Amino acid sequence: MRRLLPHPALSAMLLIVWLLMANSVTVGGLVLGGCLALVLPKFTEPFWPARPRMRFGRAFAGYLAIVLFDIVVANFQVAALILFRRNADLRARWLVVPIALTSPEAITMLAGTISLTPGTVTADVSADGRFLLVHALDAADPAAEVARIKARYEARLQRIFA
Amino acid sequence: MKTLAEIVVAVLSLLGAGFALIGSWGLVRLPATMERLHGPTKATTLGLGALLLASVVYFRTQLGVWTAHELLISLFLFLTAPISANMIAKVHLHRLRSGAANEPPGIAGPPPRPGEEGDWATFEAPARDTPASTANS
Repeated sequence: MRRLLPHPALSAMLLIVWLLMANSVTVGGLVLGGCLALVLPKFTEPFWPARPRMRFGRAFAGYLAIVLFDIVVANFQVAALILFRRNADLRARWLVVPIALTSPEAITMLAGTISLTPGTVTADVSADGRFLLVHALDAADPAAEVARIKARYEARLQRIFA
Repeated sequence: MKTLAEIVVAVLSLLGAGFALIGSWGLVRLPATMERLHGPTKATTLGLGALLLASVVYFRTQLGVWTAHELLISLFLFLTAPISANMIAKVHLHRLRSGAANEPPGIAGPPPRPGEEGDWATFEAPARDTPASTANS
């Protein structure tokens, strides 16, 4: 089983994406999608030599829901800032976020989440992989913003990548 | 029923177009590169989301088919938007430090260093066997 399906999550993802792309569930689509789901993970195996274990359970679904909710809220906040705040009153700050996550995949997900949510963009990771450089468009209290990122996203990611 | 669906599609399209417009306006009016990045990465995400939702509702109610392509478009957007923002930010950091072409530092000024020692991965090769490196054993 391991040899045939080295990366079950990637295989499932490929099959789902293929069916969504075809926009219908037919036998032909399932067979072709199934072939891709079997072959592509096999050939890309060298690209993810030390892939982390991920739990796709309740924690993952909860994380997705929170991130989607935050994206909607973030859009209204940033839109309000753009429309009604003068440049002189904008409190843009750099945040240095210390990260406890250790796998590159988990850190990538945290960085992507930060970029998509309330007024923050991930600019860089430190060379030792222990800090993220984040730019906040309007942060009255940078320390509280860092604490919020760690409590809201990182803590949940730690449970997913356990 | 038909009218209700048309109203929903109209409202969603206008909301989407409005957010796309606000995002673009942010790109024009914010003072420097890093601040400008926030407009297109955020405000346009919901704008596109609303447009895609309008598309799903339209095809379901007017043509009677379910479409799933919109889901894929949002998936790919969520994958690519943070990466392009990250690349632009990295180039900006380089230009700031090298003093290239009068790059204004923006409201936040130049970025701080991480911790006591070391530097950001843009300026310094990531150390082996750290999460920032791709050359792990």
